Amino acid sequence: MYQYDQIDRNFVDERVAQFRDQIARRLSGELTEEEFRPLRLTNGLYLQLHAYMLRIAIPYGTLNSRQLETLAEIARKYDRGYGHFTTRQNLQLNWIRLDQAGDALADLADADMHALQTSGNCIRNVTADHWAGVAPDEVADPRVYAELIRQWSSLHPEFSYLPRKFKIAVTGSPADRAATRVHDIGLVLKRDDAGQIGFEVIVGGGLGRTPMIGKTIRDFLPEAQLLPYLEAILRVYNLAGRRDNMYKARIKILVHEIGTEEMSRRVEAEFAKNIDSVLANVQDEVARIASYFTKLPYGPSDPNPESYALRRKSDPAFRRWVISNTFPHKIAGYCIAEISLKPTGGIPGDATSAQMIAVAALARQYSHDELRVTHTQNLVLPHVKMSDLPAIYDVLAAQKLDAPNVNKVGDIIACPGLDYCALANARSIPVAQRISERFADVDRAHDLGEVKIKISGCINACGHHHVGHIGLLGVDKNGEEFYQITLGGSEAADATIGTLLGPAISSDQIVDTVEKILTAYADLRQGNERFLDTYRRLGAKPFKERAYAAA
Amino acid sequence: MLQPDRIYAAKSDETLTNLILKGGVEIPDRFTRITGDEPIMEGPVIVDLGRLDAAIGANHPLGVALANTDDVSVLAPYLARLDVVVLHFPKFTDGRAYSQARILRQQFGYRGEIRATGQVLPDQLAFMHRCGFDAFVLAKGDPVTAWDRAMTTFSRHYQPASDTSVPAFIRRRENAK
Ligand code: SF4
Repeated sequence: MYQYDQIDRNFVDERVAQFRDQIARRLSGELTEEEFRPLRLTNGLYLQLHAYMLRIAIPYGTLNSRQLETLAEIARKYDRGYGHFTTRQNLQLNWIRLDQAGDALADLADADMHALQTSGNCIRNVTADHWAGVAPDEVADPRVYAELIRQWSSLHPEFSYLPRKFKIAVTGSPADRAATRVHDIGLVLKRDDAGQIGFEVIVGGGLGRTPMIGKTIRDFLPEAQLLPYLEAILRVYNLAGRRDNMYKARIKILVHEIGTEEMSRRVEAEFAKNIDSVLANVQDEVARIASYFTKLPYGPSDPNPESYALRRKSDPAFRRWVISNTFPHKIAGYCIAEISLKPTGGIPGDATSAQMIAVAALARQYSHDELRVTHTQNLVLPHVKMSDLPAIYDVLAAQKLDAPNVNKVGDIIACPGLDYCALANARSIPVAQRISERFADVDRAHDLGEVKIKISGCINACGHHHVGHIGLLGVDKNGEEFYQITLGGSEAADATIGTLLGPAISSDQIVDTVEKILTAYADLRQGNERFLDTYRRLGAKPFKERAYAAA
Repeated sequence: MLQPDRIYAAKSDETLTNLILKGGVEIPDRFTRITGDEPIMEGPVIVDLGRLDAAIGANHPLGVALANTDDVSVLAPYLARLDVVVLHFPKFTDGRAYSQARILRQQFGYRGEIRATGQVLPDQLAFMHRCGFDAFVLAKGDPVTAWDRAMTTFSRHYQPASDTSVPAFIRRRENAK
């Protein structure tokens, strides 16, 4: 993975010194809260319902063991001994003191990390496919370009006061595990007929109050032109994006209002003026970054070693975990092991410091010192020998990290909701907990197969409910918590915004209703259809009838 | 960088109350800003975009003030004869003028003064400087302290912009040679 050089290290150190000075000037009253706000937001410091929250960047979801240990220590030292992994591959600490924020950032910088641009109206921490570099279907490694974008966008002088936040995601695979079509800019790596690397450029996707699927404005952008092209998009947006209404300020609204063709025309016109900029001359830098992502020294590994095969035969719990939580690796004899942070009845995405330290040790011993964070709020050991799976599983089980539910009904995304968030209408986390308890039976959950449930506590849609196979949105009905249900959403390559099923359901009834919908699916499915496939084949009607049928 | 004599001299002179931050020091502003339909006097003036044609033949030196919603490319035919372009930050969080400045420098090769007005605060000076601003009317704080801080906080930047700093990727390429 990428290693900081002296330039990178100086940068994060200088950034910490700058922010310490800004905090001191805030505490002395020299800076008003209004003046300080964007400064702290670009340093990841966000004011929540009860306290400051620090959102730490895990660029493109990749980190090493030492970095995860550092996160665990920071959570222990400055917070309550746990952290929350987010849908943007970040880590949030919910109880940070302003006067300690500088120290926390200094500890991060010591491990080559930062909290830069995880909040605020700037180019946010870039995300990428969590299987980058190991997925069998990969065209090229998105981390190389994500790192290039991370550096280019860090304290970009022109784009630090945009109309609104700006999120970029990169995927190296046609399967799109980075949700590129619901980002401000989505980049899909591909090759042209001559075998050259480039990108499909998608603009104007997003969720929130006005969910939109992004539009392709360039089918193939040659690799070398990536940064000048991104500058062109950002410049068009910075000048023309709406600033009169924060709910209409994202680039998706601009694209929607002027149309995809006009957006494309403006970007291409701006790009034509910048095409010769030095930013188009980054081949050496791309090669330098790529040298950190070269193939690891994978030793030979038996695809079906005896220790693994025996355990699989004798231990049904292990077998179920392997089936749901491990995935094919591009090298035979290896697999990708996903660690679910969704234990039955737990808070989705939470991990204690002790759990983080245990997982860091696993990565060091069994996964070339490397880990990933998924946008579904789980962790990944990306390079695991089949023969090591039993040992890994035993450690995970001891840490209560063995939930065999990746992509299953219990693998729920939930926003912080009313438990933490000042904007919420309703709670999200307790609903996720109750649903996972209802479907605690592993055989039943495995029988239901892939189901992606996503829950948001208000229309800002931080829980991405629009793209859940089943999406739940908290609404307020005369002071009571109700939930609207949308079905049929997807954030994958077939990105779709879900459709509202009918009237909102009370908090008391919501888990029963989800169960009715999934029972209907189990009755109606054909062959190997997933829930989403059955819904797409039959439409909302049968699900609606069952969901709203009197008990 | 600090030149106290000049600053105090300027401050003590009743006729030169307007100071701007330029080149790291505060200097008297030799331009008079003409707003609304005030008559355009002789000498160095800064006019609104709508009165540029009226002033362009008569006044020298000459500046123009744009709103951050104006398209800077309308200045193209005038740029060779302009000494100052004033770009405005109605709120410090409204960053349109950063792009306006970069277009002037990068696409039109404009080399005259680009002046920042409005809610120009110390913590955004470095961004403005990197986008091509070289004169500032600060809304708050000591300008010279702010300038020194803005110039020294970071030893290197990642991306090229409209200043003279060598971005990280080019420095690395040179180091590798
Ligand atoms: S969706 Fe609403 S309730 Fe949930 S975190 Fe976002 S703003 Fe808060």
